[in-house]
Amino acid sequence: MEFEATIGLEVHCQLGTNTKLFCGCTTLFAQEPNSQTCPVCLGHPGTLPVLNKKVFEYAVKAGLAIGCDIQKFSKFDRKNYYYPDLPKAYQITQFDKPFALKGGIEINIKGNKRVVKLERIQIEEDAGKLIHTADGSLVDLNRAGTPLIEIVSDPDMSTSEEAYQYLVNLKKILKYNEVSDCEMQEGSLRCDANISVKPIGQKELGTKVEVKNLNSFRYVQAAIDYEIVRQIQDIQNGNKISQETRLWDVDNGVTEPMRSKEGAHDYRFFPEPDLPPLILTDKEIEKIKSTVAEPPLKRKERFISELKLSEYDASILTEEKPIADYFENALKEFNKPKEIANWISNDISSYLNEKKIGIDQFPVSIENMTSLWKLIDDGTINKKIAKEKVFPLLVESNKNPSEIIESEGLAGKNDSDEIRKWVEEAMAKNQKAVDDLKNGKDKAKGSIVGMVMKASKGLANPQIVNKIIDDIINS
Amino acid sequence: MIDFYKTSAVEIAKNVKSGEWKAVDIAQTYLDRINDKNKSLNAFIRIYDDVIESAQAIDDKRNNGKPLGNLAGVPIGIKDNMCEKNRLTTACSKILSGYKPPYNATVIDKIEQQDGLIIGKTNMDEFAMGSSNETSFYGAVNNPFDTDRIPGGSSGGSAVAVSAGLTPLSLGSDTGGSIRQPAALCGVLGMKPTYGRVSRYGLMAYSSSLDQIGPFARYSEDAALLLNSIAGYDNKDSSSVDIEKPDYLENKITSLKGKKIGIVRSFMDEGLSTEIKTTIENNVIDVLKSLGAEIIEVELPHSKFGIAAYYLVATAEASSNLGRYDGIHYGFRSENINDLESIYVNSRSEGFGPEVIRRILLGTFSLSAGYYEEYYNKATKVRRLILNDYISAFKNVDAILTPTSPTCAFKKGEKSSNPIEMYLSDIYTVCNNLSGLPGISFNCGFSKEGLPIGAQFTGNVFEENELLQLVNIFEKNSSHHLTTPNI
Ligand SMILES: [Zn+2]
Repeated sequence: MEFEATIGLEVHCQLGTNTKLFCGCTTLFAQEPNSQTCPVCLGHPGTLPVLNKKVFEYAVKAGLAIGCDIQKFSKFDRKNYYYPDLPKAYQITQFDKPFALKGGIEINIKGNKRVVKLERIQIEEDAGKLIHTADGSLVDLNRAGTPLIEIVSDPDMSTSEEAYQYLVNLKKILKYNEVSDCEMQEGSLRCDANISVKPIGQKELGTKVEVKNLNSFRYVQAAIDYEIVRQIQDIQNGNKISQETRLWDVDNGVTEPMRSKEGAHDYRFFPEPDLPPLILTDKEIEKIKSTVAEPPLKRKERFISELKLSEYDASILTEEKPIADYFENALKEFNKPKEIANWISNDISSYLNEKKIGIDQFPVSIENMTSLWKLIDDGTINKKIAKEKVFPLLVESNKNPSEIIESEGLAGKNDSDEIRKWVEEAMAKNQKAVDDLKNGKDKAKGSIVGMVMKASKGLANPQIVNKIIDDIINS
Repeated sequence: MIDFYKTSAVEIAKNVKSGEWKAVDIAQTYLDRINDKNKSLNAFIRIYDDVIESAQAIDDKRNNGKPLGNLAGVPIGIKDNMCEKNRLTTACSKILSGYKPPYNATVIDKIEQQDGLIIGKTNMDEFAMGSSNETSFYGAVNNPFDTDRIPGGSSGGSAVAVSAGLTPLSLGSDTGGSIRQPAALCGVLGMKPTYGRVSRYGLMAYSSSLDQIGPFARYSEDAALLLNSIAGYDNKDSSSVDIEKPDYLENKITSLKGKKIGIVRSFMDEGLSTEIKTTIENNVIDVLKSLGAEIIEVELPHSKFGIAAYYLVATAEASSNLGRYDGIHYGFRSENINDLESIYVNSRSEGFGPEVIRRILLGTFSLSAGYYEEYYNKATKVRRLILNDYISAFKNVDAILTPTSPTCAFKKGEKSSNPIEMYLSDIYTVCNNLSGLPGISFNCGFSKEGLPIGAQFTGNVFEENELLQLVNIFEKNSSHHLTTPNI
């Protein structure tokens, strides 16, 4: 019997507001335990939540960017359960009326484009965390009350590759819209996968298994692959799949059942009486809509069709929004897309990688960067000199490149007489190369050019050098 | 020395403001009286040992030429469920033994801003769950009119404190009648403002959608004085309402000409003690009529579902609100623990009293999967119907007059074994909480046994002023409120 898998993903994404969902505490990563807390997020008796409006705005923006139907009426609910990292013994979340429904994420598997459908997005608060030590467990509530959105897909994927792309593209959209930094290592983006298998063609879904502890997209992919094989084998061995939660064991590359009474929970959801419903007007939705970024995939396609960039260049440029923005801003000053793309994907990227910074921290202004490119373009300076000598000084000082070129004496030599002198000197020293050239061995030209460049300290305009060599040989 | 404890809070504030009286002298008079009387009443469970210093600070402030606030030097008792920074606040539960909040409730800040003098915490039913003040971890409170009887609850301590002259003003909280019923049973005035009128920030939640803080006083003007200070929008409480608040001390009326007062026939029949019925008819309705009011019958057909809806909503919310008392973060932790589950189970089993456990279990049940629609959700719909009844009624009347409690103060222990009968103590008060409307209970006479009888006005939304004016004009035309207990 042939089987097929059904996969749904639940992604928890921390929204990038400076403060928590229901209090004024900051949301910085890796702070002294319990240093980012107040009576509200510590769950002290008598405290009340007050909605951080910025969170709602970010959430709606994310929902719009994902193409969801934003609900004009939604509300918060309490999810009641006991755990030491949950000081109120309930999590404030959205149960039956989340703020966003439907929407989808485009994926492209070997040229087959399709949209993975979403069920909903809800706003909720994060819990704290437990730190287990030899002397017992400690509670750190710095994360408690951190704003999250939970993005729930439909069970609309069937391979780990689809799931991987879904996640990559979802993350790109969230980052593009600056609603989250999506740092998986810092827990800003977390994913649970629901996986089931069934005989091909069977209508009803198989028993669903939830896999948690997936700290990278690659783990999601590996865990899904593992689960599909495990479940099919189990069924073929005549076993029933039990509905359970499993954890991904990174070291052994397997999933293991989670030892807890998780499944037995009755969360006793009911409307949060301390918070009014969330009401949005069309006008408010439109206002937020106007801030939504162009979808990264659309932008990439536009770069290919309008700017005639290669698929490869367009991918690199649209990987992150600040890079794409830099590219397009530069394009306004210097209309040579391919040239800019090369600079960004080589010289600028190497510099950013070396310094471990993003392009938003790149020290060279668009104005100075494009001036340099213009100076190369009009022959004022050699591209090689520009890359090797001017660019390093430019990132250091962000000075006007013309000034750097002048003060360092790096302007290209375009004076034909001067260059002819260097060429004649080089030919005099290398009679063999001249003879070879005369005999049609074009390769020999390189050694003469090399000598001229050396003599001119790299400043001779290579086009003029080539032209003069040809003139002399052919005369 | 003047008998300050019979003086109104308005008078005290005026004279302390002007420098005529010293806050320290007033504080000392009340402390002496509390020393003398509290033991037999158990109204206060804590009196702060720095009260005189705080009073001195108020006098010093004035001596330094700074103007004093509207509660200048007025001693105020606070129900033990309102958080005061670094002061024990326990909701009279073992589970919060030793708990000192790290912050002030908004009402506490507001009282301090007006130079009110908070003198200590008053006794209450554990987590405000009770109608007799018998469920307190600190023991029952005695009714000053008959110390074998209960004072009502849950704000029994605050009611008795004012009734016995231990303080001119106190704060209570009212979830289903917890201010108004003890006020009635102790012969004082108690008001539950409109839901959203007073910030709940810092009030240990029992039932979040019903809880509201309000004043106890002997005189309507004193209640107005305190309400002036504590009412108003608070950005820390999303359920508080951002609307203009009147000066409750202004615009007193002198006649009831043109006023229409509604009475609810069904509230005056079955289940009500005949003594209370005749007292309200003779002492209140007749006075209102003589002052020119028109008495009109109104109907509140859905009020008969009030108690049922109340116990579904209140216990459901309580089961969630009280989850945080888990032995992990603060308060009491059982010593009998060996794993996480035993911390939870034993701390809660040992830390909560039986009535609290009963209500948590009721609420847990009604919220559990499969029952939500039938219970909590249906109760929510009943609330809407009850509010609609009031909305129709207020098209024809300015306020509605009802009894506050079906009986006078009963004997201690009399109803503790029958929770349903105890729950019916709130039959005339719960509908205000379910609908959010303001209610005021005031003394309108005494039973043959000398026990106080209370009557209640219910007003339209945010019409606290109307209620205070009605009681004020009633006070001017009667003297029941001046009768104090012989203790
Ligand atoms: Zn906080």
